[in-house]
Amino acid sequence: MKRLIRPGLLIPLAMILVLAVWPLLSGNPASAREAAFTLIMSMALAASLNIILGYTGYVSFGHIVFFGVGGYAGFWAITQLGWHILPAALLGGLVAAVIAWLLGLAVLRLRGAYFALATIGILEAMKALVINLDFLGGPVGMELHFSEYKRYGGPMQSLWMLYWAMVFMAILVVVVSYLIKTSKFGLGLMAIREDEDAAEVMGVITPRAKTWAYVLSAVFPGIIGVIFFFKNGNIEPDSAFRLHFSIEWIVMIMLGGAGTVLGPVLGGGLYQWLRKTLLTSPIFKDYQLVVAGVMLLLIVLFVPTGIIGWLRARSAKLRRVFE
Amino acid sequence: MSRKWILPLILVLALALTLAACSGNQAAEAPKAEQPKAEQPKAEEPKAEEPAGKEVTLTIGFTASQTGKYNVPSTRQTTGLQMWMDDVNNAGGIKLSDGTVVKFKSVFYDDESSKERVQELYTKLATEDNADFFISPYSSGLTAASAVIAEQYGIPMITTGAASDSVYKQGYTVVYQAYTPASRYLTGAIDLLMNLDPDAKKVAFVYENSKFATSVTEAAKAYAEKNGFEVVLFEGYDPETKDFNAVINKIEAAAPDAILGGGHFQDGSTFARQLYEKGTKVKFISLLVAPPEPTFAELGDAAVGVTGPSQWEPAAKYSPESAKAAGLEWFGPTGEEFTEAYKAAHDGEEPSYHVAGGYAAGLILQKAIMDADSIDKDAVLKALDAMDMMIFFGHIKFDTSAEAHGLQIGHEMVLIQWQKEDGKLVKQVVWPKEGATAEALYPIR
Amino acid sequence: MGEVLFTSAVDGLLIGIIYGLAAMGLTLIFGVMDVINLAHGPLIALGMFGVYLLFTILGLNPFIAVILVAVLGLLLGVVIYFVAVNRVIDAPPLSSLLSTFSVNMIIIGVGTALFTTSSYNVDYTLGTVEVGFFRAPGARIAASLVALLTTALLYLFLYRTRPGKYVRAVANNRIAAELMGIPSTRILALAFGIGAMLAITAGGLIATILPINILAGGSYELKSFVIVVLGGLGNPLGALLGGLILGLIEGLVPVFMKTTWVPVIEYVLFVLILLVRPQGLLGAKE
Repeated sequence: MKRLIRPGLLIPLAMILVLAVWPLLSGNPASAREAAFTLIMSMALAASLNIILGYTGYVSFGHIVFFGVGGYAGFWAITQLGWHILPAALLGGLVAAVIAWLLGLAVLRLRGAYFALATIGILEAMKALVINLDFLGGPVGMELHFSEYKRYGGPMQSLWMLYWAMVFMAILVVVVSYLIKTSKFGLGLMAIREDEDAAEVMGVITPRAKTWAYVLSAVFPGIIGVIFFFKNGNIEPDSAFRLHFSIEWIVMIMLGGAGTVLGPVLGGGLYQWLRKTLLTSPIFKDYQLVVAGVMLLLIVLFVPTGIIGWLRARSAKLRRVFE
Repeated sequence: MSRKWILPLILVLALALTLAACSGNQAAEAPKAEQPKAEQPKAEEPKAEEPAGKEVTLTIGFTASQTGKYNVPSTRQTTGLQMWMDDVNNAGGIKLSDGTVVKFKSVFYDDESSKERVQELYTKLATEDNADFFISPYSSGLTAASAVIAEQYGIPMITTGAASDSVYKQGYTVVYQAYTPASRYLTGAIDLLMNLDPDAKKVAFVYENSKFATSVTEAAKAYAEKNGFEVVLFEGYDPETKDFNAVINKIEAAAPDAILGGGHFQDGSTFARQLYEKGTKVKFISLLVAPPEPTFAELGDAAVGVTGPSQWEPAAKYSPESAKAAGLEWFGPTGEEFTEAYKAAHDGEEPSYHVAGGYAAGLILQKAIMDADSIDKDAVLKALDAMDMMIFFGHIKFDTSAEAHGLQIGHEMVLIQWQKEDGKLVKQVVWPKEGATAEALYPIR
Repeated sequence: MGEVLFTSAVDGLLIGIIYGLAAMGLTLIFGVMDVINLAHGPLIALGMFGVYLLFTILGLNPFIAVILVAVLGLLLGVVIYFVAVNRVIDAPPLSSLLSTFSVNMIIIGVGTALFTTSSYNVDYTLGTVEVGFFRAPGARIAASLVALLTTALLYLFLYRTRPGKYVRAVANNRIAAELMGIPSTRILALAFGIGAMLAITAGGLIATILPINILAGGSYELKSFVIVVLGGLGNPLGALLGGLILGLIEGLVPVFMKTTWVPVIEYVLFVLILLVRPQGLLGAKE
């Protein structure tokens, strides 16, 4: 328990919680909730990806594949089998985890750019496959009947429920991510990141460690996918397997600081907030993509370790506080 | 708990708070600033009872795809809606019987042609911008996501550019479709083919593997089979397909009389171009979306003879007279007036049906408010349910059954064909017969 | 059946050469500096629009326009190198992925603002070539020949000229090359420029045969990934072979099954090759 009462965990949790309760205090709860939903979802997704990307040093480019398969599995269970959202979400996580485990056995042998390319290949193959599967709706996807929300007390109630589910997921991801980082398992992962061969010599069973890291980083996007698509009311191959969104998660991690617990949380929130501000501001509306691109470039070139990495490098005190 | 980290913790908490406050920047400030506005809807009703001269401005909210793949049709749709809004406002707004004058303004955001923020932005429109009415985004996929929010807040939404039938079969009660649904897109082409050549029996369906095109071709296939056609090829292609030679070779092997299908602009125009370059012998081609676009003419000779269903054409003959003949009420400007106004504002460019769809969505809303003689949402919804009118866009009537509420059942597609006149490509309406501006060219090759 | 197979195979090979040319740009950059250029797709799109603009505004023959566009592409590539890549050339691979991705965003953002995402068409034709039962558009054959010619020129450059040899030396071992007095930064910039030029040339050639839009580069970028892996990362000749194989798959698979299964097969094959033979079919740099 003592391990948990540390600033390295409390700070990111506090950030999520402050953001999470903001809609309740805001004068406009619904709008604030929707804005917070996007931010918190991004935080959770970025923090999940960080387990394999930041800790282990494997650049999973097409990581959204787990968001997609999980979303599809859960959505299918809800619409075809009439499941409640809770078991459906767990199913989504389970399917994502199993697929990650099977894939991990194979592709985690690859290193560097080869692994990154393989994950893109997996993503595109999965998308093309789903398009060809009629029981998942093929190219049309699946839709949720509006009356389905009645089961959870009407649409308004459902949106709040899904919001709190997302907050819970974000907290869970951060706790898990923190526990990994401070455990021996996490140490093994970071050893792999620094020098995989040396890690192996030092006694880290690298294939097993990598596979577990991959599975853990996949299970949460799987569950989040179910929550997201259930909220959207429909699922389609294009939105479930969008490579671009996947790359954005990496950007979030880089912005905050890869390999830290707080970094992806900060980066996810900051990135989505910036994007939205640009998107809805009358000045940048037309050039938001260009502005975002220039900003990203500046960060990568001049603050490559991300905000948290930069702060940590500044002082030993901060190093003790930010994990 | 050591004291060492208490200060930094406070600092970071403060940072987190600022972040939270910033991320809500507009959201957090807006409610304060808009508090009086938020009460407006309530305030409007008492206002409405006051004597003449009161003016209310209703907010129409929507997202547009200013970036991403739907950029073109979505922008056209927005242009059309804006035209309608300017027309109404310049004409002094809508005057209700109690003397209230209703004017409109629009608020919209970029949805980037992607679903991630559609619900967030529509909620923002509903709660921060206090949108009174919604227009849908472009495409059925984005519309499906926005419909959830419209339904949740009970804000009436007119959809345009969202043709898939399935969106209207999910139990929504405030969503109304301006377009002819996907299931009736290609049936006109089949009717025309039967009319032109009773001996043409073999058809090939080659379509984009996307939500819209798949729904259209599946319905068209059933219709063709019912009418005694033999479907010799039923083949979807990946939306990213750039090279159609493989599919065309398959078509040539199947030797159909007619090719039906396509998907969106890019693939449709590529397909038409390659069919021509390959010299595929076929008597009839009908493709979705691409042919009605004015820029389809850039294909040159490859465009000749290609037909395509269109929601609306400048040459379409819907007029106060045809409304009278059909026993319907006529409303709004005529097709010529609309076309001329658009041309005058856009260097003589012809309006595409997306523009007309945007304008029509506005007209539908305007008529519903006039019929309801109120800006109360329930009254407007009732008026939409009862609507049965003709505008320049065509006949407008909605399904009111519980299963498919809001589905368009009045409007019909027209079929266009590119023909060559004095060496120049012109777009002619060839079906239905009553609205035709030219005889169909057949067989085309 | 035989006729269909033959026609499909030749059609596939013709487009495959152009895919291969585009992929060569990607693989060259990777081979020399271990950078996966995520701005590859937008560069292809820029090539398309370069040819389109020169053709419609100046009325240039598109095949002459391709040459002009290629030269501009070389310059643009060098500029991109110094702005976005040089600083992160020794950083972990993630940095260069993200810096080139930001270039991607900038190009697409500007391109969308300028051209919207609508489709454009270079209305240019060289008639239809007929040999027996086989028919193919003349422009397509011409484009494939230009792509072959460009490949040959690239090889002459890499193996017969001094800067070309420098490029290969830097690809082989940058530190050793520097010790030999090769100005490595300049050579890296040159290599990036050539990589960009190849992508842009491929885009220009595509514009002569297919309709274009600003987002169209994206799918060629994905194809390039597949091709590069088939041929071996960092091996330009392998890329040409990979392009031909991909073209053949796209041409022949639809004869036997639904066209929509093509991407499934492509990407599964892609992952399998990575797993079983990561050095690619022809082998590549270690």
